[in-house]
Amino acid sequence: MKKGWIIALSVIAVIVLVIVLVVSWGVRNYNNFVGLNEGVNQAWSQVENQYQRRFDLIPNLVSTVKGVAEFEKETYTAVTEARAKVGQIRLSADQLGDPQAFQKFQQAQDGLSSALSRLLVVSENYPQLKANENFLQLQAQLEGTENRISVERMKFNQVVQDYNTQIKRFPAAIIANFTGFKEKQYFAAAESAQQAPKVEF
Amino acid sequence: MCRVLRRQIYFLLFVPILLLAQSEIPVLKNYANDFTRTFKKSELYTMNSALKQFDDSTSNQLVFLMINSLEGYPLENFTYETASRNKIGAQKKNNGVLFFVAKEDRKMRIEVGYGLEGALPDALASSILRNEVKPYFKKGEYFAGVSIGLDAIMKATRGEYSNDQETDTDEIKFPFIYIILILIFISLFRKKGGKGGGGGLLPWLIISSMGSKGGSKSNWGGFGGGGFGGFSGGGGSFGGGGSSGSW
Repeated sequence: MKKGWIIALSVIAVIVLVIVLVVSWGVRNYNNFVGLNEGVNQAWSQVENQYQRRFDLIPNLVSTVKGVAEFEKETYTAVTEARAKVGQIRLSADQLGDPQAFQKFQQAQDGLSSALSRLLVVSENYPQLKANENFLQLQAQLEGTENRISVERMKFNQVVQDYNTQIKRFPAAIIANFTGFKEKQYFAAAESAQQAPKVEF
Repeated sequence: MCRVLRRQIYFLLFVPILLLAQSEIPVLKNYANDFTRTFKKSELYTMNSALKQFDDSTSNQLVFLMINSLEGYPLENFTYETASRNKIGAQKKNNGVLFFVAKEDRKMRIEVGYGLEGALPDALASSILRNEVKPYFKKGEYFAGVSIGLDAIMKATRGEYSNDQETDTDEIKFPFIYIILILIFISLFRKKGGKGGGGGLLPWLIISSMGSKGGSKSNWGGFGGGGFGGFSGGGGSFGGGGSSGSW
């Protein structure tokens, strides 16, 4: 009788121990995912900041170009249109796992990038613009912002890669699935960014 | 305990290998680095001591690098990688600036750390390159151009941060960690007795790295390329700020 109790108790103890271990393992993984997820969100807000900065710079740039090179209407209206498109598409941190929304966002932003670079290339042909300190400063700001965007995108891709690897790795993937951590999207190198913009005269 | 030690050994063994693997990105050992042999030793010395003094008084780390050619590598990627891998600037302030010149490509760039983007915005960096440096470079007067550029950058960023002796406390902390580690080793070797011979290399590695750390304090202003000492990065990070130019 006594022996039976001891066996039963020790079996229960082992089961409890296993449960405690599994739960604490799960909690540890969950907390790890939470931390990584926050890292991704933070990197995303940096990317958004830089895009916003570019968005805010454009009106000044366009009005400066307009004043000098009025007949390049097509070029700068393309920029204004692309900017308007970008203004309509917002991507919150929760949508980072949605491939379609992400692609749409990236397409709009890349469209603006190529419209802008066309504008800058065209303005090279106007000595008046090239001598205009105001324009040169705007151009420097814009180039700096484009560069920041690419740096922040790269940093974003790095944290997303870390996050994606960790949530997909077995057996932690079970916890990730269970608690709703989903794979997030990467920025792809823009097709338009890989080739210099074509200018037609 | 043993595992910690082993990790330390791996760490010490792998650091040089990692540095070798990234050899296309230069490791900066001085404040002013010239890989083109354009500058005289005395000119480099002047730049080095000015930049070292600037670091000491403001804690901003301004580093100059001149190479021959990027060989097709994109300028912005190169300066970003160089600045962040060399960890220019203090860790919490991110107050590093890299002034880069590729002589044969006739390209230059000022790469600005996160913490100085307010003091040295892109428009100002661009104006320094266009209006102050470029005219001298066009005439082939590199020393004058670089000096005036460095002066302008220093003028813009001075006063953004003050040196609150943070680097000094860091340097006090470092030896302490090493001393504690050495004490741990000694006690461990005593316990293990005869086995001690196998791991005898490690304390020497640490002692020698301690020596170079101490040396960096007195032996500043070394000349381009040779020697140790001079510049050591503080852990600053970069976000792609700054401006590029050409002449």
